[in-house]
Amino acid sequence: MVLPRRIANLFFRSRVDREIAAEIEAHIALRVEDNIAAGMPPSEARRDALVRFGNPTAAKEQVASADLALSLTSIWADLRYALRQLRRSPGFALTAVLTLAVAICANAVVFSVLNALVLRPLNLPDPQRLYTIEQQELLNSYPDYRDLRDRNRSFDGIAAYGITEAGLNLGGSPSQVWDIECTADYFNVMGIKPYLGRFFQRSDEHGPDSAPYVVLSYPYWKTQFQGDRDVVGRTVQINRHAFTIIGVAPPQFHGIELFFWPDLWTPLVEQSEIEGANTLDERYMRNLFLIGRLRSDVTLAQAQADLYSVADYLKKTYSTDDDGMLFKLTQPGLGGNYLGPPIRAFVTGLMLLAGLILLAACANLGGLFSARATDRAREIALRVALGSTRRRILRQLLTEAVLISLTGGMAGIAGSVAVLRALSKWQPISTFPIRVPVNPDARTYAVAVALALMSGFLFGLAPLRQVLATAPWYVVKAAASASPTRRWFTIREALLVVQIAVCAVLLTGSLVAVRGLMHSLHSKLGFQPESTVVISTDLNMAGYSANRAPAMQRRMLDAFAALPGVTAAGMIDNLPLTFGTDEVSVYGSDVSDFRPSHALADTYAYAASPGYFQAAGTVLLAGRTFTWADDKSAIPVAVVNQEFARKVFGSVENAIGGHFRLDAKTRLEIVGVVENGKYNSLTEDQWAVYFRPLLQAPSISTWNVVRTDRDLGQLAPHLYRTLRGLDSALPFTLLAWQKDLDASLFPARMAAIALGVLGLLGALLAATGIFGMASYSVGKRLKEMGIRMALGAGRTELLRAALGPAFRLFIIGSAAGLVLGMAAARVLAYIVYEASPRDPFVLASAVLAMLLLGITATWLPARHALNIDPSKLMREE
Amino acid sequence: MARNDFQGSLDLLVLKTLAQRGKLHGYGIALHIQKASDDLLRVEEGSLYPALHRMEQSRWISSEWALTETNRNAKYYRLTATGRKQLQEAEESFEQLVKGVRAMLKFA
Repeated sequence: MVLPRRIANLFFRSRVDREIAAEIEAHIALRVEDNIAAGMPPSEARRDALVRFGNPTAAKEQVASADLALSLTSIWADLRYALRQLRRSPGFALTAVLTLAVAICANAVVFSVLNALVLRPLNLPDPQRLYTIEQQELLNSYPDYRDLRDRNRSFDGIAAYGITEAGLNLGGSPSQVWDIECTADYFNVMGIKPYLGRFFQRSDEHGPDSAPYVVLSYPYWKTQFQGDRDVVGRTVQINRHAFTIIGVAPPQFHGIELFFWPDLWTPLVEQSEIEGANTLDERYMRNLFLIGRLRSDVTLAQAQADLYSVADYLKKTYSTDDDGMLFKLTQPGLGGNYLGPPIRAFVTGLMLLAGLILLAACANLGGLFSARATDRAREIALRVALGSTRRRILRQLLTEAVLISLTGGMAGIAGSVAVLRALSKWQPISTFPIRVPVNPDARTYAVAVALALMSGFLFGLAPLRQVLATAPWYVVKAAASASPTRRWFTIREALLVVQIAVCAVLLTGSLVAVRGLMHSLHSKLGFQPESTVVISTDLNMAGYSANRAPAMQRRMLDAFAALPGVTAAGMIDNLPLTFGTDEVSVYGSDVSDFRPSHALADTYAYAASPGYFQAAGTVLLAGRTFTWADDKSAIPVAVVNQEFARKVFGSVENAIGGHFRLDAKTRLEIVGVVENGKYNSLTEDQWAVYFRPLLQAPSISTWNVVRTDRDLGQLAPHLYRTLRGLDSALPFTLLAWQKDLDASLFPARMAAIALGVLGLLGALLAATGIFGMASYSVGKRLKEMGIRMALGAGRTELLRAALGPAFRLFIIGSAAGLVLGMAAARVLAYIVYEASPRDPFVLASAVLAMLLLGITATWLPARHALNIDPSKLMREE
Repeated sequence: MARNDFQGSLDLLVLKTLAQRGKLHGYGIALHIQKASDDLLRVEEGSLYPALHRMEQSRWISSEWALTETNRNAKYYRLTATGRKQLQEAEESFEQLVKGVRAMLKFA
């Protein structure tokens, strides 16, 4: 590779030289001819020609230096020289390139995520004018939305939308799809144009079920309809109701949530056909996201004031439902702003850590390069003595540094592209269409290259002072020796301490996260997900009406219970720790004014069938669970959790037989108390929860929970067959409960993985740093140690002398890092369940890991120091 | 300010020579300058070639190898369009310099 290029260059240079020589030759010859013609004798003629011309060699050099191509060649020569130097010390080159590649890769990946989640605006026109409108909680009701839409004066438009699952039938058996139910203004507010056909319009909507239209997402259209352009106007069955396809959304559009990719959009007025129930007239049913596009002439403060006045109006007019109403504007994209702060904080934190890694890598490289410059002091002095300028030498060293940083940068970018590609394709939660769209863009590449070059110059300049101070006689006269002045604390040592501290921070952080994840996996969930299959069904998707559903649900449960190996089967309207929990205020049994401010407690409400608690493995503490006799004709009953009993009745015993109200009509008698659990997320505070019998609080979409004492893999085919046998047109999802929990564990798992990887990288860098430092200080003092050994010094003394400084730095750095890591881990406690930095296990492991790291990294240099053969050493030089 | 130094004047002389005589080799250029200036200006011949190369790099002049009247191989230079423009600028700036120096000398 290099050889032909070198030959070509030799050729090139010599061709230019030859041409100049020929030209000068011709000039002199012409002059000689003229001189002879003028009557000079030949020898005189030539002498005169040469005198007139001046120094031909100088002229040649000047011509060559005027040549642009040749000055490029000199840079090329630098480059070749650098390559040769690096090839001569492959260990150094490889370490440097790898160190940098790792750091750049980590930074590019984290920056890409930061870019996708925080920096890059939504991929919609004028995204800075889009705001999520929240009331005290995130979601709003449809009547409130209508009032807000018609009474505000600050928005070009406000749209409401909800996310739901539906069964879509294209002929054949139905499949489950994710659907965004939205109001007609939705696409207008987003500011996009349809790829095919049209979007929903206000004029389509004339009350419930008046607009049976559907808009397909581009990917769904591509995969399910093979991109057929005649699809507009076709009719499909959604939950057994006919819907007409009116359009296809543009390719990149997937709504406003960053992670969520729906398959289709339907009008919100079709809610009863999609969901089997109509909540559009209920002001207290807050289940819709609101997104508004601010008018361009309205400031945020003006809009906020406007929303206050609408909220005041609602408070006065609907005092029962809208007591304490308040609207606020938040940034859209991450579940409104619900997930925003923790995600942004976490990603920013990661970026900071990645920055620290880069810093550590730079410190490492700076150390490497200055050590190398010291070792090359003799060569440099020789070059200075031979008349090379210091500028030229520095240029050479910088070329080397830039070469390494670019190679490392390229390798890092290649690595990050691979990681990001995988991350973008990844579907972290099998039951939910979540994607993490973090494809690297130009900004990522620019940042990576800039970082690589910057660090190249940074560490390339580390030996600057050394080179400038090189006096030609200094090295030539004597063998390379330790630098005469020894300062108390050099920059290199400071860098190493920083690097080790960073490593310790990362290590502590990752240990805390991993420990938290372990806690999460073994925390008290209030149910036992092991050996349990969950099957989600929505009878509405198969066209069951509300009054036919209970009989079918009971048939399903009976069929499951009859299967061999099934120990219990039950169903619940919302599975704990999956998305969607109903939040309900409960009141004392003698209350008549049902404002939220009069409530006894805010609770989560569930509806469960007989057998659910046994199947879920939820422990009954007192009283009884439900039976099939708890139906519409029996007295309304409820089972509550321990927290409910404690909060409302003081104790479990008092709660049994107690009463509470949901509204004027519904008064419930408590018949049982079950253990506490986790309901919405693993990190939540303990919630009060009540369960009602499914027959008294019917739900058309349910989760069947089936517990077995056999292998889950054996049970699944039986369950499939049973369900198909009951109704072949019913779509369902079947999976092990533990798998379904992935979604709840996702944040903790992500945090643990991200921190774990960064921690590992940090450890790697710190190890190379310490190793480099230790082996360098051993190498430099080899001679001194040889003498000491010859004079009879003991091994311990030698080791102390050789590794003492490196180890001292290591201890300082580790201590600082551990303290900082403890502080940083507090932040983690928000994301990871029960992540406590004060966990003695974490502390012990961190200290142990750092110690191990230190010992491993100094092991080889120590052996080197101990294996010195004084006689051999003395004979050298 | 008129840019003018020795190098500038040499460039001007070379460009003007090529403008007056068309195609010419380095030796010819040196002779022409000497003759046309009535022996007042003598170019140091060695320094002519770096200047020629620089001008060629700047694409003011182009070069080709050809035979002289005495059948000798020599490198001939000619003016390019860019060179013609450059010559005009150089002439103007030289006029300025001369005017300036003359005014300075006449100042009482």
